[in-house]
Amino acid sequence: MWDYSEKVMEHYRNPKNVGSIDNADAIGEAGSLACGDMLKLFLKVNKDGIIEDAKFQTFGCGSAVASSSILTEMIIGMHIDEAKKITNKQIADELGGLPPEKMHCSVMGHEALEAAIANYYGEEVQHCAEEKVICTCAFVTENELRQAIQEKGLKSVEDVVTATGAGSGCGRCHGAINKLLQEAQKPKMDLSAMSKTQQIININNVIERFIAGELRKDGGDIELVDVDGTKVYVKLRGACASCKNALMTLKYFVENTLRDHISPDIEVIEV
Amino acid sequence: MEKTVYLDNNATTQVDPKVVEAMTPYFCEYYGNPSSMHDFGGKVGQKIKEARETVKEFMGASLASEIVFTASGSESANMAIRGVLEANKKQKHIITTKIEHPCVLNLYKTLEKEGYRVTWLSVDNDGSLDPQELEDSICDETALVSIMYANNETGIIFPVEKLAELVKRKNPKTKVFVDAVQAAGKIKLNVKDTQIDLMGISGHKIHAPKGIGALYIKKGTIVMPLIVGGHQERGKRAGTENVPYIIGLAKACELAQNALKDESTRVKALRDKLEKGIIERIPNARLNAAVENRVPNTTNIGFQYIEGELILLHMSDAGICASSGSACTSGSLEPSHVLRSMGIPFTALHGSIRFSLSRFTTEDEIDYVLETLPQIIKRLNQFSPFQKELKALGA
Repeated sequence: MWDYSEKVMEHYRNPKNVGSIDNADAIGEAGSLACGDMLKLFLKVNKDGIIEDAKFQTFGCGSAVASSSILTEMIIGMHIDEAKKITNKQIADELGGLPPEKMHCSVMGHEALEAAIANYYGEEVQHCAEEKVICTCAFVTENELRQAIQEKGLKSVEDVVTATGAGSGCGRCHGAINKLLQEAQKPKMDLSAMSKTQQIININNVIERFIAGELRKDGGDIELVDVDGTKVYVKLRGACASCKNALMTLKYFVENTLRDHISPDIEVIEV
Repeated sequence: MEKTVYLDNNATTQVDPKVVEAMTPYFCEYYGNPSSMHDFGGKVGQKIKEARETVKEFMGASLASEIVFTASGSESANMAIRGVLEANKKQKHIITTKIEHPCVLNLYKTLEKEGYRVTWLSVDNDGSLDPQELEDSICDETALVSIMYANNETGIIFPVEKLAELVKRKNPKTKVFVDAVQAAGKIKLNVKDTQIDLMGISGHKIHAPKGIGALYIKKGTIVMPLIVGGHQERGKRAGTENVPYIIGLAKACELAQNALKDESTRVKALRDKLEKGIIERIPNARLNAAVENRVPNTTNIGFQYIEGELILLHMSDAGICASSGSACTSGSLEPSHVLRSMGIPFTALHGSIRFSLSRFTTEDEIDYVLETLPQIIKRLNQFSPFQKELKALGA
């Protein structure tokens, strides 16, 4: 049994605002059937920008339903621009906390809200790019693997199998996992052999080519402030919380991209 | 919640009060050490001997000396597998299936790291193995083949006797281990008439307490001990015998043997009633292992477009205990490796629930589930974003 708070239990037992809204002013979606979690959020917004009604439909576990339910309660009566400021942590806090393994449920709520708000403003809803699944037996995606390899310092296919479950089934993905391991292990560029100016140029190149564009699409931006060894100091601006991955925060996105293109030792620090 | 309908007997079972009764004197009255020279201990030794005889009968072994008492099904599996490989360090190839219990699966993953080559046999959509694939995998190098007797999630029974014959035909030196934890007490075991070398069982799945198991080791099979020390269990497993639990296991085996007929008739009828009733009453329910050859107490049903943990939580509120191979249970966050191997579609994979009955299950309990569950599922269907798809199924 999970150690769910009273509030979580209350909300999966009797969720508030279940259903859909005909002629909704905004609809947002997050997750998918294959992932085991999916949330659809419907908003009714009046001409002053106040969210008059919110409803949800969720395919997911107890904490996914509870996160959806509490989210609708939080945003009803709120101005849409206020709702935009809600973070996944606030959703989890409102529920009296979630078990660490279930934090992604609150992230999903946050993503669906973002998608709905983008939809309201007529922006193209940024569907999370369909992620590449490496291990189809255990449904482990490329991003999840890269993240696990980096965070847990995995060195071999066996390490990856034990830590993530990827490759535990048919084993056909062992080659692909090996490739990810190799990529993670060898630095693409040797930062220590560069002058500071070269470091900044190289990092800036990656930021401009692979990161800034993604952030600007969503009205955000990134600015390189300083480089100190493998520490990269950046300023993140504006509404740049667009999702790249259900579990990945913006910092991860920046850090992973830099690690992929430059060196696995890079650490991103927000200033 | 006062009412409890326990349909999770493949996870663990209620200890039969008769088992407790049989065990009780061995705590405070007959507490002697079976190895002692005095008669007080010797009498206990005699009881252990009788218990071994009973377990031998239950497993259908030839000799009582082929039975070793262990602390669990996992220990039995570890002892069989490691013990055989230790005794024969030259052969480095093992064959098993993708749908073994984690106690076996994870041991093989460890052995892979230690340098063994493991062949993982797959199952088809019915959960069956391809004997040809097994035959093709066996080579001179093959030290061990291990195949479960019945799968814990689906209840599907594997033709282990035939598969063992096949193994021995291809390589007589290869040892065969059968994890019979989920078959014991549900179908008759008769290991002496087979080519199986090792077979493990667990007490708490057959109404004995947790913490006791047994391993059958065919006479002449060399198994190195996991636990080295005293001479207990003929040197195969050191440690003073867990007397009360061994007595309890034997009593449970005796009761289970006598209940086999009830299991294959009454329990099976209740299981079929539950299964049929759910499929009839719930339009988005789907039978995950629609094969005849299953243990009589197990069914696995997928509820399409809703998620398993949520179903379990709402069932639990109604006093119904079952389990799920869904992503969100048991801390693994991954959908069942067994159902995945069988190619169960995404729509039902995450909402799959296992119901497992026992001889203590009553018709009233099944009626209660058939009355309650459709309401629960109907309500949870309303939460789902897949309203169109559910409507198409008639839900």
